[in-house]
Amino acid sequence: MSREIAGLYQRIVLEHCKRPRNFGALKDANRKAGGDNPLCGDHIDVYVRLERGSILDIAFAGVSCAVAKASASLMTEAMMGRDAVGGRALLQKFEQMVGSGCSEPDPELGDLRAFADVRDFPSRVQCAMLAWDALRTVLYQDLG
Amino acid sequence: MDTSYVENSSDSRRKSLRSVTSETLVARWRAAFPVLRARVHGKPLVYLDNAATTQKPQAVIDAVSRFYAQDNANVHRGVHALSQRATDAFEAARARVQAFLHAASAAEIIFVRGSTEAINLVAQSYARPLLVPDDEILVSAMEHHSNIVPWQQVCQQTGAVLKVVPINEAGEFQFPEYERLLGARTRLVAVTHVSNALGSVNDIARITALAHEKGVPVLVDGAQAIAHVRVDVRALDCDFYVFSGHKCFGPTGIGVLYGKRERLEAMPPWQAGGDMVRSVSFEETEYMPVPHRFEAGTPNICGAIGLGAALNFISAIGPEAIAAHEQRLLSHASAEIQWIPGARIVGTAWHKASILSFVIDGVHPHDIGSILDREGIAIRTGHHCAMPAMQQFGLASGTARASFAFYNTLEEVEQLVEGVRRVQEMFQ
Repeated sequence: MSREIAGLYQRIVLEHCKRPRNFGALKDANRKAGGDNPLCGDHIDVYVRLERGSILDIAFAGVSCAVAKASASLMTEAMMGRDAVGGRALLQKFEQMVGSGCSEPDPELGDLRAFADVRDFPSRVQCAMLAWDALRTVLYQDLG
Repeated sequence: MDTSYVENSSDSRRKSLRSVTSETLVARWRAAFPVLRARVHGKPLVYLDNAATTQKPQAVIDAVSRFYAQDNANVHRGVHALSQRATDAFEAARARVQAFLHAASAAEIIFVRGSTEAINLVAQSYARPLLVPDDEILVSAMEHHSNIVPWQQVCQQTGAVLKVVPINEAGEFQFPEYERLLGARTRLVAVTHVSNALGSVNDIARITALAHEKGVPVLVDGAQAIAHVRVDVRALDCDFYVFSGHKCFGPTGIGVLYGKRERLEAMPPWQAGGDMVRSVSFEETEYMPVPHRFEAGTPNICGAIGLGAALNFISAIGPEAIAAHEQRLLSHASAEIQWIPGARIVGTAWHKASILSFVIDGVHPHDIGSILDREGIAIRTGHHCAMPAMQQFGLASGTARASFAFYNTLEEVEQLVEGVRRVQEMFQ
């Protein structure tokens, strides 16, 4: 296996793909947003329970590739309990890491740094961003 | 009888397969394609995405560059030497297509941008003036979007209805349902020759015979067939046959609509402009006869010339030799991939062209594609522009698809199999 492939599919990514956290529709969610990847037809729904501007609970559901699924799973863990400002800041850091060639990923990203190598796979950036793009609508429209 | 086939070891099977294929012959075919010597991600390119587009032999590259370097001018225009040379070369390409399809006349060959444009032309010029509300167009459940959407559009424009001939779990066209659906309101049957997502080869001669019994014309989408099976439009007796140049080793942006002459002559022009008119005044315009009536504006001259060179190249090898080699690649790949744990082949028609769609339990096709790509192996992943067919198989994320051309080798098939095996192990 090539070094790049090992970088894209790190152990934690494969593990979250096999056992995604916060997976399945959230019954008491009061926000829901979907993300589509027209290239492959993948779709992810993100469910959020917002209270007083904070993410009390968050989950995702849908069919997607390993990169999108693991990214969504780790995103839900990282977003849990954050407020709008903190959520947006994290989104921005993640997007910067997978989208641009910026050298060192922000330490605040924690386990999400497993996606740093996605930037070497331009066709997969959209996969890593699928759930984040869905959450973006919630973070920007509803958390004003 | 070659007893090595009977032995149940994949090594001996491989050996016996090799002895059937002349490796030197395939190597010679291969050598004609410069891009096949490319390296990607530091590995030799294994190009198995031929159903998306095929690579170009040096003969096509040379024909295109020679035209621009030596003969470039507009066609059907000037009195000068270059214009005559360009016109001769363009019309010679038309004659080449006619011979390749075994069409009765060069007037039955219309140059278009590709299969998609050809289908749109028939939908708008043949079907649209004819259709009234509740008329029916028949397509099959295995069609590419390009043989669905133009018909949906013309149905919306006219009130006609799109009906779908089902396929079975192997991906085979269902003749009993087809016969039931062919009715008094059927105005056209539009069906693919070879399925791009499943590889199924349809019995076109039987489809046209049944349609013609009811007086219904048939359009055949030959995009996936043209490079792999012998096409004889008179033997198939289809009314329209369409294909794209880039899927048969020619340039992009050039394709062909074949139509029976009497059909074409009864059709109004689709696009209007120069080159398709005999005389124009502000009161009245007299159109050119077929095929020029359907070729408004300056055509893709160089594309047609490149396509002619590509068809020459295929003919020199021979459709039978191509099909025999590709069947070896397909059967070897199918036999190996079906033994990989969790792998399943999608599309198991009895008569298949060299397209192998497969899925692996718990692994998204997109991940398979990315991992193989880093090994230098190019395949297609997703729904292959055939979402209805994918839905029928319950494949929301589509499949991974390896599609072979005559320049692929058994070694490349083995690299594919090895790569897929590694993907499966990684996600186990």
